[in-house]
Amino acid sequence: MKHWFIGVLLSVTIAIPEAVSFENDAPIDDPVLEGRARELAKHIRCLVCQNQSIFDSDADLAKDLRQIVRERIMSGESDRAITGYLVERYGDFVLLRPPVKPKTYLLWFVPAIILLFAGAGVVRFLRRTGASGGRPEALNSAERRQVKSLISDEEVD
Amino acid sequence: MPFFDLPPLDDEAIGLASSDLVGEVALVNVFASWCLPCRVEHPLLMELAVTGKVALHGVNYKDKPEDARAWLDELGDPFLRIGADRDGRVGIDLGVYGVPETFVVDRTGRIRYKHVGPISQSDLEKYLLPLVEKLRQ
Repeated sequence: MKHWFIGVLLSVTIAIPEAVSFENDAPIDDPVLEGRARELAKHIRCLVCQNQSIFDSDADLAKDLRQIVRERIMSGESDRAITGYLVERYGDFVLLRPPVKPKTYLLWFVPAIILLFAGAGVVRFLRRTGASGGRPEALNSAERRQVKSLISDEEVD
Repeated sequence: MPFFDLPPLDDEAIGLASSDLVGEVALVNVFASWCLPCRVEHPLLMELAVTGKVALHGVNYKDKPEDARAWLDELGDPFLRIGADRDGRVGIDLGVYGVPETFVVDRTGRIRYKHVGPISQSDLEKYLLPLVEKLRQ
């Protein structure tokens, strides 16, 4: 009984395909062009959503942008021209994969640079404490007397 | 400013075309009757229209003209010209992704600044109006 229930639960949550918005639109007749539209849509950000492409999102703006992509493909525009049109209006952020160009170098390379600095920091730290093997330094005579007095509760001069 | 030519809301109004934005510095406000933040900024737009500090035009975005007209009748109409962008295509051409948005357009009709979201008194005083002044020189 338990297995049956779990089975139903799993199939309901996993087996039902996501209602992908792109597939619900009226497609371009030419499957090659429609394929291009599909790929493009996957790489264009839905600006009113959180991290979704216009391929996935069912937001109004996403629908409008998908239509624009299809129209421009049908009128013979290249992928580059279409993304260029959108970037001109919405900025690089409209692409889910921002281009690697001077403006976005920071975006791409900062994580690597931080890692480099962190790595250098770790090396430096290890070098400093490495010589003593991480063991505390030996006590000098004054400190030894202090320890003795603390341990033995006797007055030590 | 990309070319556009939008029809008016109705027969009693005048529409908005990109050519109307050449000649003087202007603000273009993108609004809709279904947009709540648009209501919030509306009194400021009315005040701005009354003081006449800068020309203010409207783009009615993805809305039904009748609804927009009713909304303006209720709240007041601060706009000199209003273009009805029913399918939102002109909006996309301008890079609109939400409402309200307010554009500052210079004398040559070029967009110089876009404010996303409702404008506040401080937005007007600190950014928008000073920019308008600067563009007028």
